[in-house]
Amino acid sequence: MSLVGVTVTAERPVPAREANADRLVRIMRPVLGLVLPVGAALLWELAVKVGLSDGRLVPPPSRILETLIDLARTGELQRHATATILRVAAGFGLGVAAGTMMGAIAGYSMLARRLVDPTLQALRAIPSLAWIPLFILWLGIFETSKVALIAVGVFFPVYLGLMGAVMSVDRKVVEVGRIFRLSGFAMVRRILLPAVLPAYVLALRSGLGLGWMFVVAAELLGASEGLGYLLVDGQQLGKPAQIVGAIVTFAVIGKTTDWILATVAAPFLRWEDVVARN
Amino acid sequence: MLALHNVGKTYPNDVRALDGVTLQVALGEIVVVVGGSGCGKSTLLRLISGLDRPTQGAISLDGTPIAAPHEQIGIVFQEPRLLPWLSVADNVAFGLEDRPRDERNGRVAMQLERVGLHDKATVWPRELSGGQAQRAALARALVMRPEVLLLDEPFSALDAFTRVDLQDHLLDLWADTRPTLLVVTHDVDEAVVLADRIVVMRPRPGRMFAEIEADLPRPRDRQSAGFDHVKRRVLAALDRSLGRAVTPEGADPKASAGAALWW
Repeated sequence: MSLVGVTVTAERPVPAREANADRLVRIMRPVLGLVLPVGAALLWELAVKVGLSDGRLVPPPSRILETLIDLARTGELQRHATATILRVAAGFGLGVAAGTMMGAIAGYSMLARRLVDPTLQALRAIPSLAWIPLFILWLGIFETSKVALIAVGVFFPVYLGLMGAVMSVDRKVVEVGRIFRLSGFAMVRRILLPAVLPAYVLALRSGLGLGWMFVVAAELLGASEGLGYLLVDGQQLGKPAQIVGAIVTFAVIGKTTDWILATVAAPFLRWEDVVARN
Repeated sequence: MLALHNVGKTYPNDVRALDGVTLQVALGEIVVVVGGSGCGKSTLLRLISGLDRPTQGAISLDGTPIAAPHEQIGIVFQEPRLLPWLSVADNVAFGLEDRPRDERNGRVAMQLERVGLHDKATVWPRELSGGQAQRAALARALVMRPEVLLLDEPFSALDAFTRVDLQDHLLDLWADTRPTLLVVTHDVDEAVVLADRIVVMRPRPGRMFAEIEADLPRPRDRQSAGFDHVKRRVLAALDRSLGRAVTPEGADPKASAGAALWW
């Protein structure tokens, strides 16, 4: 009986319902990613509500939200977030500019690569935090040293990613450019640039991720504003809700900037033949 | 007239790929180069295309020496080499960037129509089948209206049906503007279908070994006695080029067929 029922359902044309189901699946896909964090937050909230924990060191989500709303209402949150975002933007810009230039040159010319790559690789091996005292001595305790540290963090993934991408451009594709007698500049614009773009976007995204890491390091070590300052302030004054609130803000802004980068790049990468598309 | 005079190529690692090749190809002639692996067939095409430079001898087109890629010489490689970030139409238009938009669009549309890909103009190369991709590569070369078109084992990666289809299609396209075709292949059937003249090469170093006129009416019937005769001559020359026993005329056809597969 049930078998017959199944057969009938399958044979009946149901385009409208299928379209609806499609839409539902598309809406539900990001929701799936929220199940774990939201579930954990609700559980913790519940645990504090029923008295399983006093939530003093690990504040329940409602208190974190409350703290964030308070900070936003006084304009503090916006001020700190803006300071941090501006630092990351400046550091990211500088790091990307330098990383792109050096990466392109080192990828293109073997001479340049042999000249600068060993030095840069050695510099890369230095733990980034080791730069902080030096940068403070050289550049002062204000913005410049912080931006410089972020730029250092952004530089290396961009440099490495672009150099690798330029070096691995397919000779066969370059030959197509040569057959059509492209000049050096046209070869870069019409062959090399599009060929390295996917790897470059990836390098920019990991650079941005490191930028967000380094801004925290910079702000933890002395700042009067910024999300990192909120962290230190929360620790010194015993306000765990403020610490977690700042962390959440970091996560949201970091993820948002990464999403913006990926979204801006997406139209240029539609041609890619990748597994993820299917 | 494409002229090669005593052309040779020795690679920096001292491998002599090609030695003393002298060949003249008239405008509109179809010359097919066959030979075993390592006989310098592909090297020869790379030299004529200007991608590589000969270490001895000279190549000229209508008296102009060729030392770099030339606008009148097009090439289709063994793989389609379409640029994956351009649509099929933009790939075909790749060499026409400096032309006015109307002319460019018109020529691309016409060429796509000629190779049967007009409905694929806007798709990405990754969405094409192997045969379609190679036809797009053919269109990209032909849209430049080259005087000489070089084809380096252009259909060797395709299945047998697609290959035969594209061989006929190539002859059809050739009839449009009658460029000089210089085709490298290891498929003897392909050579006899396409060629006015077949050049047999021998390996290590690559040298010209024999020239065979394929004086058959077009379109060619792959089953005809004349076709078979030319094919046998080519196979015999290939065998001799490798220093093997001469295949006498009228030898066991099974052996010839086996050899044809081997090549």
